[in-house]
Amino acid sequence: MTPSGYFLEHLWLIPLFPLVTAALMLFVGRRLPNPAVSVLCVGSVGFSFIFALGAVVQLLSADPEHRFTQQILFEWLTPGQMLLGNGHLIRFTADWGYLLDPLSSVMVLVVTGVGFLIHIYSVGYMGHEGGYYRFFGYMNLFMFSMLTLVLANNMLLMFVGWEGVGLCSYLLIGFYFLKKSASDAGKKAFIVNRIGDAGFILGILLTAATFGTIRFTSAGLGDAATNSGILQALNSALEAHTLAAGASVLTAIALLLFVGACGKSAQIPLYVWLPDAMEGPTPVSALIHAATMVTAGVYMVVRMNAIYQLAPTAMSVVAIVGVITAIFAASMALVQNDIKKVLAYSTISQLGYMFLALGAGAFAAGIFHLMTHAFFKALLFLGAGSVIHAMSGEQDIQKMGGLWGKIPVTAWTFMFATLAIAGIPPLAGFFSKDEILGRAFERHPALWIVGFITAGLTAFYMFRLVFLTFFGYSRADDHAQKHIHESPQTMTLPLVILAVLSVIGGWIGWPASLGGGNLFEKFLEPVVSPARAGAESAKVVEQTSSTEYFLMLASIAVAVAGIWLAYGFYRTKRFAPELIAGKMGSVYRLLFHKYYVDELYDALFVNCTKDLGTLLGKFDAKVIDGVGVDGTGWLARFGSTLSMWWDKWIIDGLLNFGAKLTQLLSFPVRFLQTGTFSTYALLILLGLAILLGYYEQHLHVVLRGAR
Amino acid sequence: MLPIGHYLFLGLALFIIGVIGVVTRRNVIVILMSIELILNAVNINLVAFSRLYGDVAGQVFALFIIADAAAEAAVGLGIIIAFFRNRETVLEDEMDLLKW
Repeated sequence: MTPSGYFLEHLWLIPLFPLVTAALMLFVGRRLPNPAVSVLCVGSVGFSFIFALGAVVQLLSADPEHRFTQQILFEWLTPGQMLLGNGHLIRFTADWGYLLDPLSSVMVLVVTGVGFLIHIYSVGYMGHEGGYYRFFGYMNLFMFSMLTLVLANNMLLMFVGWEGVGLCSYLLIGFYFLKKSASDAGKKAFIVNRIGDAGFILGILLTAATFGTIRFTSAGLGDAATNSGILQALNSALEAHTLAAGASVLTAIALLLFVGACGKSAQIPLYVWLPDAMEGPTPVSALIHAATMVTAGVYMVVRMNAIYQLAPTAMSVVAIVGVITAIFAASMALVQNDIKKVLAYSTISQLGYMFLALGAGAFAAGIFHLMTHAFFKALLFLGAGSVIHAMSGEQDIQKMGGLWGKIPVTAWTFMFATLAIAGIPPLAGFFSKDEILGRAFERHPALWIVGFITAGLTAFYMFRLVFLTFFGYSRADDHAQKHIHESPQTMTLPLVILAVLSVIGGWIGWPASLGGGNLFEKFLEPVVSPARAGAESAKVVEQTSSTEYFLMLASIAVAVAGIWLAYGFYRTKRFAPELIAGKMGSVYRLLFHKYYVDELYDALFVNCTKDLGTLLGKFDAKVIDGVGVDGTGWLARFGSTLSMWWDKWIIDGLLNFGAKLTQLLSFPVRFLQTGTFSTYALLILLGLAILLGYYEQHLHVVLRGAR
Repeated sequence: MLPIGHYLFLGLALFIIGVIGVVTRRNVIVILMSIELILNAVNINLVAFSRLYGDVAGQVFALFIIADAAAEAAVGLGIIIAFFRNRETVLEDEMDLLKW
């Protein structure tokens, strides 16, 4: 039974709602009052959420293996004939179409759901800021791009969304564009993302050249379009033995796409833009740089999982990059003092976890962590925004403290999110993180150990943040202390909803070993492990329950140990952090300066590029402008001067000469024309007399004849 | 009957008076009157020769010329009035715009 229904037929409306309001805001928003902007923009995202929810519910009514709906609105690009790598000539097209399957269902719900809550929150948070309509215009444009990205049925349309979210990220990071650090951060994010995008687009081209199509799958389309998807092309290539598992072209595609994912999802070495992106307003950090956009890389890798599963080398690269990023970013989060920077590094670290899961072949676990992370990290950012709001804009946690009783809703919800990210059962983070660590252990114990240490670090830095922010005595100045207040309801309501989701969100992935059914993995199964002839079946080493219990207990233990350490450091002061920092000065400095990566990049790439630019600029100024442009200008001027002399003296001279000559010749007779007619009359008379005198003879004849 | 020479002499005298008037006077109205004199000199000649030859055609022509003189006076005076309205003068030596 194929799924059908009103909402599935109107999939295209989901991205359209925010696009319409975004256009409205950016064209006429300046003239709208703030309440109208709020209603329109939040409402449109709300509609998107309702339509997405309806579509997913209708999708769920179908059998698991038929949960695909694909809708091609129109043929978008038809460049024509293309020669494939295997010598076939095919007609290449890209359509504008939407695909709803279990994977995009999860994403579309997370994007619209969390996005909707963050939009509500923004109404309160941005209420006093200038450019209110601009903010919501960009936010809605972002929603449109992100929904295009997750609902796209082919790689090129996904790339459109991918670039769209990159643009909105740039615009929103630089929202306070008068602040130099903000506009610089926006540029940095954009440029670093370009590097990844180059990889992505090369991956798309290689996919197109290899398979002759960029449509993800033909599932959900009519019979006419069967075998028009990458998945089907891959399967037939495997059956025909033109491609085999581990083929270098598959590895190349997978690695190129992973470069794109690294850029968007802030993995080593392209993570440097994300901490700087915290210059944007806090709801932006929550929506774009925690919950949705940065997970696009994870989504893309999962979307292309069929290729990854056949490229073990690429899988290893993904896992290793992921786990190194996880621990690397977590170590930097340990010593940051800016509340949003801590959360930014935490985000990078959690994204590393997701890539670890993907690299370990646990695609469902990666998406599961993506979802739970979206809940608790959005909540953490929104909570941080609420704290910053309460502290009159202060972001340094060294200047906070003692906020627990003063902003109770924020504090409690923040606490839940912290417990969730630390991996305390039965909160959401525990299930997803445990799933990832379990699968990592299967893949290679070393991956598990690094991930395990990262889990401890995560618990430590998150509780350091909580203890420094909410507990102890206040270190804020008097002015800020007097203004501490709980945020308005538009801000606390999303916090509460997200807190509930952070608690219960993990329950749909309750693992089998604890008596659950792991519904989430079953739901995603049709997408992430398609039955494939000839493919190397994922080597499932069934974990014995005891290993699983051991791993579970270990991750709980390490989380608790992290919390206990943080308690000792920052609450009871049993260990003085200053002392440790003093003793391990070099390590502390290294971490505090974020491993000097920014400085390294500056020295290696940025300055080289700048020098090259200066050199080229000089070349431009001296050679192109100096010799080329100015020389041509001089020549033209010289030529025109010559031409002017010719014109003035020869052409005009000839004309004037004719005129002068005429004037000269007319000189004697000119005076005859007096203008008075008595002169003329006299002249006529004179002429008559002369004529009469001249014809005197004839006159006689005439007169004689008359007589 | 007077010999023809008397008539011709009278016509010649009138003609010369008219021409002198046209050439020397400044007032355009006087010039017009002088032109009338010239026309009448012609009339006298026509009538005199008509009488001499016993041919009535000369007298008919004189009548035509009288009619013509009347029309010419009307048109001429109209031009003079129009001119006076523009330039507030009827002196012909001030009507010299058409010179070099």
